[in-house]
Amino acid sequence: MSDAVARATWPRRLGRSRNVVTGALIVTLVVLGALFAGAVSTHNPRRLDPANRLKPPSAQNYLGTDEFGRDVWSLVVHGSQVSLLVGATTMALTSLGGIVVGLVAGYYRRLDLVLMRVMDGLMAFPAILLAIALMAARGSGVGNVIFALSVVYTPRTAMLIRSTVLSIRELDYVLAARALGRRDLAIAFRHILPNCIGPLLVQGSFIFAYAILAEAILGFLGVGVPPYVPSWGNVIASGKNVIREAFWVSLFPGLALTLSGLGLNLLGDGLRDTLDPRLRVP
Amino acid sequence: MTAYLIRRILALVPVLAVVVSVTFLLIHLIPGDPVSVMLGPDATPAQIQAARHALGLDRPLPEQLLKFYARVLRGDLGRSYFLDRPVTQALLERAEPTLVLTLSALLVAIVIGVPSGIVAAAQPGSLWDRTLMLAALLGVCVPGFWLSLNFIYLFAVRLGWLPAAGYASIFVDPVAALRYMVLPAVSLGFSQSALIARISRSCMLEALQQDYIRTARAKGLSHATVTWVHAFRNALVPVVTVIGITMAILIGGAVVTEIVFNIPGLGRLIISAVLRRDYPVVQGVILATATAYVLINLGVDMLYVFIDPRIRYE
Repeated sequence: MSDAVARATWPRRLGRSRNVVTGALIVTLVVLGALFAGAVSTHNPRRLDPANRLKPPSAQNYLGTDEFGRDVWSLVVHGSQVSLLVGATTMALTSLGGIVVGLVAGYYRRLDLVLMRVMDGLMAFPAILLAIALMAARGSGVGNVIFALSVVYTPRTAMLIRSTVLSIRELDYVLAARALGRRDLAIAFRHILPNCIGPLLVQGSFIFAYAILAEAILGFLGVGVPPYVPSWGNVIASGKNVIREAFWVSLFPGLALTLSGLGLNLLGDGLRDTLDPRLRVP
Repeated sequence: MTAYLIRRILALVPVLAVVVSVTFLLIHLIPGDPVSVMLGPDATPAQIQAARHALGLDRPLPEQLLKFYARVLRGDLGRSYFLDRPVTQALLERAEPTLVLTLSALLVAIVIGVPSGIVAAAQPGSLWDRTLMLAALLGVCVPGFWLSLNFIYLFAVRLGWLPAAGYASIFVDPVAALRYMVLPAVSLGFSQSALIARISRSCMLEALQQDYIRTARAKGLSHATVTWVHAFRNALVPVVTVIGITMAILIGGAVVTEIVFNIPGLGRLIISAVLRRDYPVVQGVILATATAYVLINLGVDMLYVFIDPRIRYE
């Protein structure tokens, strides 16, 4: 099959994958919720209303209220904004960092040795612990969460790009380009990078899922975004304190978290099976 | 084998060097002056100067790094201001609960994961297979810390079967220790069991397609013997690798689980250290866990040789 034909059938192949379609639907739903949070939510998620604290789900408060009388439905809807912001930015930054490190390592053998040992070293830390330590140094805040998670997850992408580069750089057409006098940078961007896009998309959707989960964990531990910001992790943490009286406070943000993770994992699985059948887990 | 072992250990040196360097650099990621951040707003300039000198922060960066290496190699991870004891001592005091939790969770993950994967692989496409794999997919997506809260609500608050939180040492009161450990171990191990189930299934499917399996069937051996004796052993090798990876995730997950269940382990140690800006302790915990993880992976690699006699390292 020629390249042009393969490209033409891409969208159709993706459309036929049940995983991709289900995953994309779920992710779209969450994204729409985040974009139109103001319209979808029924209350101001930051407004404290002590008279209405710990109310069970009702017609006024679809998912009940928390210990400060905040509306859980509105908190969940607005919380998706933080999750998606952190997830998407981390995905973009890790892809960028991974491309730079992976291309350099795959292309310059001498730097490869050093760079890969550094990546190995970073990956030796359990991910969430390294993120906690980075947050300890930088302090709480959305920007620092994104920074910490990008540092933690970039090595995985860098390794992936490097191995793709290594498998492609010896192929005939790359040798031909070099023989024609193309410079390294041009070869890297024109001939090698396009082949990395498939693996990068697959990896990106998994990193998106990890980042959303890790953001919630950091918030839950009290070292993520500041506690007054409505985020899923923060709301689950406040629900932990009142779990005896009000299970709904932690239940619903957790469901939203699970659903987003499910959507992104389905999307990742489906993309992998469609774009790179060699990686398929039978 | 010995030569391989030595090579393998030597390969760890650069990795551990990076681990120590990253741990060292953490202090320098603190915005502004780390010492005034550590000591808080009430510290006098003289105190700040003294602390900076005591920590060696007034020396050039390469010299600080070398001194840090020298200290770590001597087993000296500094002193915790808040706990008023050496960091190594604090780590040792808190290691037991984390170790017990991680190993129990690993046990849960294997006990649920491996049989599920094998049962699913025995009849691919069957109702069992599809149900188990759907459960595994959900298991991968359910956040462990949230699952813990739901378990607490269901089994401790509503049913009252198990304590909601706490810890007892297995060496002091084994029965209480078990009761405290069930919910944390299951909620931590569950999502990893999903991963292990998916991998066991695919390894098992691959093993079942080999020629010697057909030979064994042709010989008239029973289905159970073929599955559990012939295929199982060979499906075990990749599963062991996954268990190595799982350990890293479990160590990280243990931190969160300890917070949920109020278990006095390394996770609670690092979180309270973060909130108190007790940086030597933060450094100590990440250094210790990363080193433990690297050594566990070495152990897993060694284990291959025993599981799969075909693997020979020269």
